[in-house]
Order: sequence, then structure tokens, then C-alpha cells
Amino acid sequence: MRIDLSPRTNRSRLMDGFAPILAFVVAVAIGGVVVAVMGRSPATAFVTYFIAPLSEVWSLQEVALKAAPLALIAIGLAFCFRANVWNIGAEGQFVIGGLFGGWIAVATHGAGGSTFWVLPLMLAVGTLAGVAYALIPAILKVWLGVSEILTSLMLVYVAELLLDYMARGPLRDPAGYNFPQSVTFDDAARLPYLMEGDTLHAGVLIALTAVVVATIVLARTLFGFEVRVVGASPRAARFAGFSDVRLTLAVFAVSGGAAGLAGIAEVAGKIGQLQPSISPGYGFTAIIVAFLGRLSPVGILVAALVIALTTIGGEGAQIDLKLPLDLTRAFQGLLLALVLGADALSRYRVLFVPGTAT
Amino acid sequence: MPPVTEGPTPLFGAYGIVKRFGDFKANDGVDLEIRAGEIHALLGENGAGKSTLMKILYGLLEPTEGVVTHRGDIVKLANPEAARALGIGMVFQHFSLCENLTVAENIALVMPRSLGARALKKKMSTVGTTYGLHLDPDRPVWSLSAGERQRIEIIRCLLQDPRLVILDEPTSVLTPGEAEGLFTVLERLRDEGRALLYISHRLDEVRRLCSRATILRGGKVVGACDPRQESARSLAAMMVGVQVGEVKPPSGVPLGPERLVLSNLSLTTSGLHGTALVDISLTVAGGEIVGIAGIAGNGQAELFDALSGEALAPEAGMVAFDGQPVGRLGITQRRRHGACFVPEERNGHAAAPTLSLSDNALLSRHATAGLSRFGFLRSAATKALAQHVIGAFDVRKAGPDPAAGTLSGGNLQKFLMGREIMAEPGILVVNQPTWGVDALAAAHIRQALLDLAGRGAALLVISQDLDELFEIAGRIAVLHDGTLSRAVPASETSREAVGLLMGGSGGVGTEAVAPSSTREAASHAH
Repeated sequence: MRIDLSPRTNRSRLMDGFAPILAFVVAVAIGGVVVAVMGRSPATAFVTYFIAPLSEVWSLQEVALKAAPLALIAIGLAFCFRANVWNIGAEGQFVIGGLFGGWIAVATHGAGGSTFWVLPLMLAVGTLAGVAYALIPAILKVWLGVSEILTSLMLVYVAELLLDYMARGPLRDPAGYNFPQSVTFDDAARLPYLMEGDTLHAGVLIALTAVVVATIVLARTLFGFEVRVVGASPRAARFAGFSDVRLTLAVFAVSGGAAGLAGIAEVAGKIGQLQPSISPGYGFTAIIVAFLGRLSPVGILVAALVIALTTIGGEGAQIDLKLPLDLTRAFQGLLLALVLGADALSRYRVLFVPGTAT
Repeated sequence: MPPVTEGPTPLFGAYGIVKRFGDFKANDGVDLEIRAGEIHALLGENGAGKSTLMKILYGLLEPTEGVVTHRGDIVKLANPEAARALGIGMVFQHFSLCENLTVAENIALVMPRSLGARALKKKMSTVGTTYGLHLDPDRPVWSLSAGERQRIEIIRCLLQDPRLVILDEPTSVLTPGEAEGLFTVLERLRDEGRALLYISHRLDEVRRLCSRATILRGGKVVGACDPRQESARSLAAMMVGVQVGEVKPPSGVPLGPERLVLSNLSLTTSGLHGTALVDISLTVAGGEIVGIAGIAGNGQAELFDALSGEALAPEAGMVAFDGQPVGRLGITQRRRHGACFVPEERNGHAAAPTLSLSDNALLSRHATAGLSRFGFLRSAATKALAQHVIGAFDVRKAGPDPAAGTLSGGNLQKFLMGREIMAEPGILVVNQPTWGVDALAAAHIRQALLDLAGRGAALLVISQDLDELFEIAGRIAVLHDGTLSRAVPASETSREAVGLLMGGSGGVGTEAVAPSSTREAASHAH
């Protein structure tokens, strides 16, 4: 017997939308079985993972704060992945954006006079640093044909070590009792809070703006069309007159810029100073988020919220149920596999053909 | 040698064959009988179900309903091994050969492992002498011509001593001379009492070779005839269900100024198996169609890329559109000079198969049809353009704006030709305008090309179909191994002469032509 995938002729739009929801339900069911095998109540675990984080204002804010950088980075990556360019180094671009943007804050620390320009400058420098850092693998690819997968990934570790060195060395707070961290940023160098007394800062708005802008760019501009055509059919894109060199550079710049902006928004928002490590792996998780969201900006926003929810819920489960954090990661991976699988099944029918394979 | 069978029981029969793909019936109650000692033609347009039936007979597909019989007994063809065991062999249209292996190695790949190398070579030379299929067993496949490669496929098939040989479009890659050689082999196989199932859209060949024909349309058998008693036009009419009109060239159009000029264009190739272009010169005047004949792989793709700007010429002056040197310009800038291009490969080159038709309209027209403003797309204008093309070229499709890849080959080609022709280009370069397109759509496309030339455009048509070139081209040149022969008026040459040049044995006429003499030769053939 062999198994064939035959394209569905009449795909229903309803099924297309329903497929990821179904995948989520299946993932939760499998997760429930695993939790039960580990000797905990699946119902309690479900509440801890998915309900508890949504039931309190502070945890809702935490979900939004985690989702914002994920969505912003993943939207940038969507441009790359749609164009068949594989930027795996968003984590490094995130770190570099945070480092160079944060450097402005350290350099202007305690400066008198008007300081309204500090935060915009930080955001701009963080973004541009991300762009520049992403262009390294892009240029190596178009100029020398080096695989961007390897170079972008390896540059992540370079970026992390650079930040580590800077936070412990040149940018360390001289009055900080040798703690490996910079001065706490001035208020002028911090993203404003959306509401007084809350943790939710303006970085969330940046991510939401990115969703809107990216949706328009992909659907309504010639650049977005280029990205779609190159992804769909590289030779047809050349026939259309779109240069793959220019596009490779452009999508790397877009994704590097988005990651860099997310980095500086994290530093200027949640953290408020430079530390040896500023990311719990946002740049890597964003790859999952990008594909969970099917490389569409709105889908990515939803996916980022789901992944953020499971992460916050996972922390809760760690504390309340003594369930390991690895379980959360396993669940996130399972969810990705199931969503991709459900996507394939909504596009193709599985046929079981009797007889020997040829 | 297989025993010669005579009598009423057919060698192979297929009865009530139904093959469903989802809701689509590719074969719908097809009956076919093949007798020993006959060459049986299977005719039909693209999508008529020929390939499906052929694959069922070779065990590549299983029928949803119906039976296959061998000498009157029902047999089950679960896979090609089972088909081969019953004596069914197949020569595919697309060769399945390993380029880097030798002839003998490629043949050994499909033979039983027990057969030693020396025994294999001996068998090869026996078959080679018997049928006149001569091949050096030690030559690597990449160094062989298409005709020689086909010989490997035929020898591979004959070494298994088949009683039925299925041939799928066997002459599509051959020169007329090579095709003659093939016909001799096929006639010899027939005389030995073997059965041949011959699939071709070249009706003249079918009339020459075949004693019976089964005609498929829409998955059903719509007729059977003796092709020798029919004309090519009556066969075509049976295939498409309506009478195919002949294309009419506009008569007495005076030629305009030179619009497309190639001057000593040479281009090295980057790929391992690509063909370098050597010193190509050619002029095409307004109102003229110049045809480029040649066997696939002799530089057609490279010439097309050099004209479209997908490959840049070493010097700007080597390619000129309307007197402007464009050799160093990319495809978008060449389009802005009033040129349009239709490449050979529909899916993945001329069109992105997963994108909608309107997105595909945008693909080649984004810079020249005012479809974007300040970098933003004007989707209403784009959709209108696509609908305009769909209406004017009678593109059949499902849904208002489906993905290009869901269209049949002929309908997609009509859309792509329409997309470029309706841009009213001053210069149009087309590679294989009607490749794999049914007779009716092909006639429509050729008429549209002639009409465009009639409106003063310069057309360069690259095609492997000599009938097509003689039908529409005023002058014909032959591309062989990257060099272009002198373009001569179609009325002053013959298929045989062009065929010789295609095989590289022209001798004279490969020198570049001076633009002045071209103008004299350019009087319209029709």
C-alpha cells in the first residue's frame, strides 16, 4: 500500500480557518494525556496553562509584553521566509539592536537639557544596528554565495558574547558594586507606560503598528508582491524583472530592523538597563511564531499571543504543579507540528492506494 | 522473437476503463484493442486522457473501473514490473537517463543484475545491428543528441523483447531526419509482429505510420478510423470536435523599419550543460515574423534569455530594439522599450503557478501598464487587465480569479500569450508559442501572432514545430549548437532543407548576414 497526497479541488475557506483551531485542540488533548501520565490532573493543568494567565490583569499584561517582541520579530522574519531566504539569526539582531540602542541611553545618562530626542534616537539606532547586523549574512550570501542559514545563526553567538562583554566591561555601571549591568536608564530613555502603575509599555503599540504596516505592505505594494513572487517562483520573479540580490538584501534588512527594534524596545521598556543577557530566546521562538501564523501578519499576532500565553502559563505550572518548563517547550513544538500538519491536510487529501509502491 | 498472433483475439485489450481523480474522470469508459503487427495511434488533445490510459496500460496507474486483457485473459497490472512481465514496454517522452553515466551503464540500470557487462554489450550490439540503432556503449549520455538519447530508451525497451511498445510523442525532440530513422525502426518492429501504440499530435506522422487510430476527447472514445484514409484536418476535427480553421496571414503588408537587431551576439554559458551563443546576427522588421527552428537544447533558452534581458549581453550594441542599444539593460527596461516576451516554460517562468491570474498579469506588466503608483498596487486596474485578457483570449478556468497552476496548459498559454499580445508590443519574442497546446487553441494563438505582426510589430518566434514555423513565419533561421543560420524566406526553403540545418549538416548559410541583404530577403512569404 502506498499513501498519496492529492490536492483538494474545492477547498473550503471555513476549513482553512478552522484547521489551526483543530490543531490546537488536538495539541491540548495530547498535552493532557502527557500531564495525566506525569500524575497531575489534566483539568487543573489546563486551567493553570490557559485560563489562569487570562484571569488577572497583571498576567494579561505579561502575556502582551511577551507577545509583542515575538510578533515584531516574526513579522520581519515572514518577509524573509516568504522570499525563501532563511534568516535564523533574529536572536542576534535583537541583541545587537538592544545593545546599540541601549548604548545611547548609557551615553546620555544624567545629561542635562532637553532630552526628548533620546528615546527616538535609541529606537532608530537599535533598528539600524539590527539592519546592519542582518546585512552581514545577506551580503555574504549575494556576494560569495555563503549559506545564510549558517552565518546568521553563528552571528547570534557573536552578538550574545559582545553584549556579555559590553555589559560586564565598558558599559558597566561604575557605581554598581561590580554587578554586570549598566546604569538604570533615565526616564527619557524609557518607553512610556500605557497606564500609570502598570507594566504594559509602548512597545506593545510598536508591535501592533507593525502588524498593520506589514499587512498593507505584503498585500498592497509592489515590494510585497516581489516578496510573494520570489517565494512562489524564483524564475518567474526574474522574468518579472525583480532582482533576487536586491530582494535578499531588502528582506534581511526588514527582518533585521524588526528584530533590532524589538531588542531596543525590550531594553528601553521592560528591562531598563543593559544586562549580559536580554532575551529568553525571543529570536528563535519567533521562527516558530512566524510559521504558526502562516507567515501572515495577523496570523503571527495570534500565534505570538498563544505562544506567550503558554509560556506564562508554563511558568505558573512550574510553580503550582511542579511541571517542568521543558513540557511547555515540548507543547509549543507539538503545536507547530500539528498546525503545519493540519495545514497540509486542509490542502491535500490523503489517499490510501492498495498495491505495491512504484 | 515474439510469436506472431493473428485472429480475432486482440493482443491487448482495455475495456470500460474509468479513472477518477477526485471528481474528475480522466478516462470515462474507454475501450481499446491492440492487435499484434499493427501500429495503433492514440489521438487526442491535451487533457483528453491519452497519458492516463497509457499509464494504466504500463501499470503506473490503476483504473478505478474496467479491465485490461492479454490474449483474452484478464490481467492485473499492479506496477510496471507486472506490465513488463507481460511484454509491455514503454518509451517515454521525457527521457529518464542519468546524464553522467555512459550508454551501457544507463541500460544496465534497468536490466536484471545477473546480466554481466560483457553480455549486456553483446546484446546491445545485436539489437543495434538488427534495427539500425547504433550507439557507442561507452559514451556518456550528456554528450549525446536527443535522437541518440531516444535510441537508448528504445534499446532499453527492446532488450526486454516486448510484444507491445508504447511510444509517447516520440518525435517531439527529433529532427525530421532522425524521425525518418525512427519510423524505419518502428515499421520493422511492426513487421516482426509486435504491436505498437503510438501517441502523437503530429497528424502527418500518424497518417504515414498507423493503420488504426483511436481518438479520445474528454476522457471518452469519440471515434476510430484508419488514419491513412483521413486528412490531417479531418483527424484534427475529430480530436477537437469542431473544424479547425486555417490561420490566415494578413496579405500584402509592407514591412516596416528594422525593429529588432542582433549584431554578432556571443554569450558564454554558466551552466554545465548550457549552450554558448556564437556570433548571432539577425534583424526583424516591423510587420514581420521570423521563425527560429532548431532541436531543443541548441541554445533556444539562452537566446531567449539574451533577448529578454534575463541574461545580459557583453556589449550594449549587440541587442538593439528600435535602434536603441539594450544589450546591457534588464528585462523591465527592455519592456519599457516596447518589447514583450513569452518564455517556453509556462509554470514557474512565465507564470507563478500558485499566484492568481491577476497577480500573474502584474508579473510581467507591473512596470508598463500603470499597475502601481508610488510603490502601491492598483489592484482594481490589475484585475481589470486580467479579465480583459481572459475575455479576449477565451481563457477557460474555474472561479473568477484562480491560481495560474489550476488552468490547463492550453488555457494558461492563451492567458500568457494574451497578457503580452494585448500590451501591443512593438517587439515580441516567443519561445514555443503552442507547446503542448491543443489544435484549436494553437490556431487561435497563431492567428493572434499574425494579427500582431499585421499591426506593425516585429515578432521573433522560437519553435521546434516546423509546421508551425512554415505556417506563420515570413523568414526562417535555424539555431544549431549556439549558431544561427541565415534567415531565408519560408517560401524559398523546405522542411527538408531546414531539417538538415537542424541536424547541423547545412554546410552553407551559417555565416552572419549583413542587415542590407536581409531587407531584400524579407519580402513576406505569404
